Amino acid sequence: MTPLLSRSTGTKRRPFRRCLMMAGLGLLGLMNASLSARPAQAEEDPLPAGLIEEGHYQAVLGDCAACHTQPGRPAYSGGMPFKLPIGTIYSTNISPDPVHGIGRYSEAEFARAVQLGIRKDGSALYPAMPYPSYARLSKADIHALYVFFQRGVTPQPVDPPANGIIWPLSMRWPLHIWRWLFSPSIQAAQLRTNNQFSDPVLARGAYLVEGPGHCGACHSPRSIALNEKAQTAKDGPLFLSGGGVVEQWVVPSIRQENRTGLGRWSEQDIVAFLRTGRARTGASFGGMTPVIVHSAHAFKDDDLHAIARYLMQLAPARKEKPWVYDPTTTEELRRADVSRPGAQTYIDRCAACHRTDGAGYGTVFPPLAGNPVVMTDDATSLIHIILAGDSTHALRTSASAFTMPSFADTLSDKEIADLVSFIRQSWGNNSKGVKEGAVRRVRQHLPQLETPAQLPKN
Amino acid sequence: MTDDTSRPARPDVLIIGGGWAGSIMAKELTEAGLNVTMLERGHDHSTAVEGTYPASIDELRGVARKRLFQKLSRTSLTIRNRPDQTALPYRQLAAFLPGEGVGGAGLHWSGCHFRATEDDLRLRSVTAERYGENFIPEDMHLQDYGVSYEELEPFFDKAEKVFGTSGEASSVRGQKTGKGNIFAPDRSDHFPLPPMADTFSASVFRAATTDTGYHPFSMPAANASQPYTNPYGCQMGPCNFCGYCSGYACYLYSKASPNVNILPALRRDRRFTLITEAQVLEIMLDDTRKKATGVRYVDLKTRSEKTLEADLVILSAFQLHNVHLMLVSGIGTPYNPVTRTGTIGRNFTYQTITSSRIWLPEDRFTNQFVGAGGAGVAIDDFNQPSFDRGKAGFIGGSPIWVNQSGLKPIAAAQSSGGKEAPRWGSTYKSAMIDQYRHSFAIDAHGSNMAYRDVYLDLDPTWTNAYGQPMLRMTFTWKDNDIRMNQHVVSHIGEIAQAMGATRTSLNSLQPGQSFDSRVYQTTHLNGGVIMGENPKTSALNRYLQSWDVPNLFVIGSSAFPQGMGYNPTGLVAALAYWSAHHIRRTYLRNPGPMVSA
Repeated sequence: MTPLLSRSTGTKRRPFRRCLMMAGLGLLGLMNASLSARPAQAEEDPLPAGLIEEGHYQAVLGDCAACHTQPGRPAYSGGMPFKLPIGTIYSTNISPDPVHGIGRYSEAEFARAVQLGIRKDGSALYPAMPYPSYARLSKADIHALYVFFQRGVTPQPVDPPANGIIWPLSMRWPLHIWRWLFSPSIQAAQLRTNNQFSDPVLARGAYLVEGPGHCGACHSPRSIALNEKAQTAKDGPLFLSGGGVVEQWVVPSIRQENRTGLGRWSEQDIVAFLRTGRARTGASFGGMTPVIVHSAHAFKDDDLHAIARYLMQLAPARKEKPWVYDPTTTEELRRADVSRPGAQTYIDRCAACHRTDGAGYGTVFPPLAGNPVVMTDDATSLIHIILAGDSTHALRTSASAFTMPSFADTLSDKEIADLVSFIRQSWGNNSKGVKEGAVRRVRQHLPQLETPAQLPKN
Repeated sequence: MTDDTSRPARPDVLIIGGGWAGSIMAKELTEAGLNVTMLERGHDHSTAVEGTYPASIDELRGVARKRLFQKLSRTSLTIRNRPDQTALPYRQLAAFLPGEGVGGAGLHWSGCHFRATEDDLRLRSVTAERYGENFIPEDMHLQDYGVSYEELEPFFDKAEKVFGTSGEASSVRGQKTGKGNIFAPDRSDHFPLPPMADTFSASVFRAATTDTGYHPFSMPAANASQPYTNPYGCQMGPCNFCGYCSGYACYLYSKASPNVNILPALRRDRRFTLITEAQVLEIMLDDTRKKATGVRYVDLKTRSEKTLEADLVILSAFQLHNVHLMLVSGIGTPYNPVTRTGTIGRNFTYQTITSSRIWLPEDRFTNQFVGAGGAGVAIDDFNQPSFDRGKAGFIGGSPIWVNQSGLKPIAAAQSSGGKEAPRWGSTYKSAMIDQYRHSFAIDAHGSNMAYRDVYLDLDPTWTNAYGQPMLRMTFTWKDNDIRMNQHVVSHIGEIAQAMGATRTSLNSLQPGQSFDSRVYQTTHLNGGVIMGENPKTSALNRYLQSWDVPNLFVIGSSAFPQGMGYNPTGLVAALAYWSAHHIRRTYLRNPGPMVSA
């Protein structure tokens, strides 16, 4: 598809424009350019039927919109802010605008950027763009993706806001070193992912999870150099064994640990969770919700099942004593014994939806008993959601949005610490308690709460 | 979607009022491919705001300070008992509580979700057949709906599935289940959810009415007894009997409302536009006065007057406002009680409801804080078709039920002690404690007939904030309905005895008693723009289409020719689906009168 660009007629407006970029997670930073209008002829090239739709689906699988479409701005025009200690940066415009977007990228240049992290001008992308995962994308999928971004997306002649990183941190050449060290070649990446399974469903699952889905970007631990410690199932049990804390949400393991992983989730639970943001075993919250809202809910059924089956064969990273429901707390609460710290708060604030037995109500109100995100070593997520509240989202696949209210104004740090400890130590959860200070730390960095107008409407 | 900027310049359909009727019509007509704009005078409402836990279960902010009800500072109505009196404005909500905002009264209702009976829909015909024409009092405007139960059955069924209604069928496609209301007509399907559990009080009533030979059944409740997903993909949580149904947004998403059960699906539809804080002042007509062209409304956000045009107008505001808007828009002929001509404002009816109370021994606790708005146990023995009204000498009837819906502290303190009891001091306190712990209410929830001199018109004196004449209500209790109420309440005594009551306080209407608008009774107001078979005695044809302006449909309990013994919402929803079905099937293909006058 190089002809798309080679035939272009150049109208130089600005000799050189560099858009600084980088990212929180998954930022495709591309751009600079000596510019030209888009090739008119390209529009007339006949395309195989369905190729743009296929490319769109690839963009959904890769969750491109999560970072490159900022609410309130045109699709794929970038502008999503990422607040980093070194300054705020913004995701880039990846619409096919020749000046502001990637309209002048040839397919080879596009593939090099997406899969190897090298922009058209030769400089390196920040590795928050998950090109080490995208390296696994097949040539056919890259082609479809390229065609979609060139022909299926409306060019947006807008720039994201200027980045706020100052020299010398804004220098990019050190990123090449990172790239050489930690990012696989396309061939090596594809070999490693493609040859793991003879079962076509598992092979598809591996491709989706390790490739476009880039699940490891959040769910795998990273080393001090911020590279994922494992990039495929072959790389050992650290892969998808749980990431760090991102925006004060603990990223859990999605391997088969019994208590803190997906060990007790069925294939259908995982499929339902990805498709609708809710399953009988737990509901999406925090950083996973945008993934479901932007993309996972639109994955094809076969792909969802492939992902689930692949995840279900990932051996536990840690040995855990199986979770067994313990009715002691339920019995205490039912005979109005609220002597344990946190019990009264639980009855007053939580039990109406999550029940005294911690079982919740199906896909409407998630269970607390045996829910893996309740039992993670780090209790930050539980503290965070009690302080901030959260909502499941209205989707094409699931019309209703359920809201858990914020308790930041009604419960003290001590009350929340007791409550979190109570939940973590009831119904067989047997996890360690938390202290007031842990709540204080989360509260100090709490993002701004949603206003009533931003909350779901049902 | 929800903001004004994205709406299509000219919608196909304008819907006035965002409650049950409006939301059902909007869903049906967007499904038909039409661009629909719904105008709602109040704010948007959502569970995440009005239902946020635990702030939502605040009785002071909720019912006491009327959080979800109509704001009478802008519009109200005037009330009098008889045509020879001067009506005065309803300045404080009391007897009835219209809603305001998205969801309307459908957000703050309780959830009692009945079908009408076969007889309710053709009450004049069955009364004449059974008791002769002479049995019908001369001044009673007893009328048929013009639609039969059999015709409405698919739409009752559809509404129950959308609402996630909990209940127990008695007869499904001719098969008797041995449960449910044995007097209820046959159904095409079971309720989508099993019945709500009995509260202690309801179980006591169930046992006693069984022992005394009556036929108790679980009330059909649009309170979800289990988690539920309706045909629109909208989910409900299960009811936990918190008792905050009537007057509140349900924090568990378990009470059916347009907000929870329909609007989540509608809001995602590009063909649907919702404009809130839009107070409609008038349905505009063209020069022929036979065609609606659109609406004129006040945009309360900008305090400016606007107009919108469309091919089809659906008037689906609360009953009172439907009548008012017809009158101020000059559609149809206002009813004249002297000549008994005209249809708009005719056959205004209410619900003949009285609440009695029984006390159990001190070792039996009724836990009145527990409750659910639609749940309970009822008997239909005094409401069912074959109950002989001939001897008793009245038309109509009442179910009797124990519908423990959750007694909140302010209401408990205000209602304690009964009529003669002290209102303060230690006697009051001990009576309140005794009543709260050991008593419960039994209601006779009866029909209300239409009469020549009970009607709605425009007030000659009082105007609303927009300079329009206010609606005037002329209403009082009539002998037929008082006799009916007294007859039914007289049977509560024997049931109370069978329940082992230590004390019973029966409450019935007394001969000559006037309607008192200062005391809460019920929000079940009916009629004024009624459906029927004759344009001289009804404003709408059997499809709820205006006889006078065929591109106007008026949906709601305003279409009921008289008040039935049940709560109205189930019939409102079924009539909305019925009307929408025929609009889709017939009207859209060939716009014009669907019944020739």
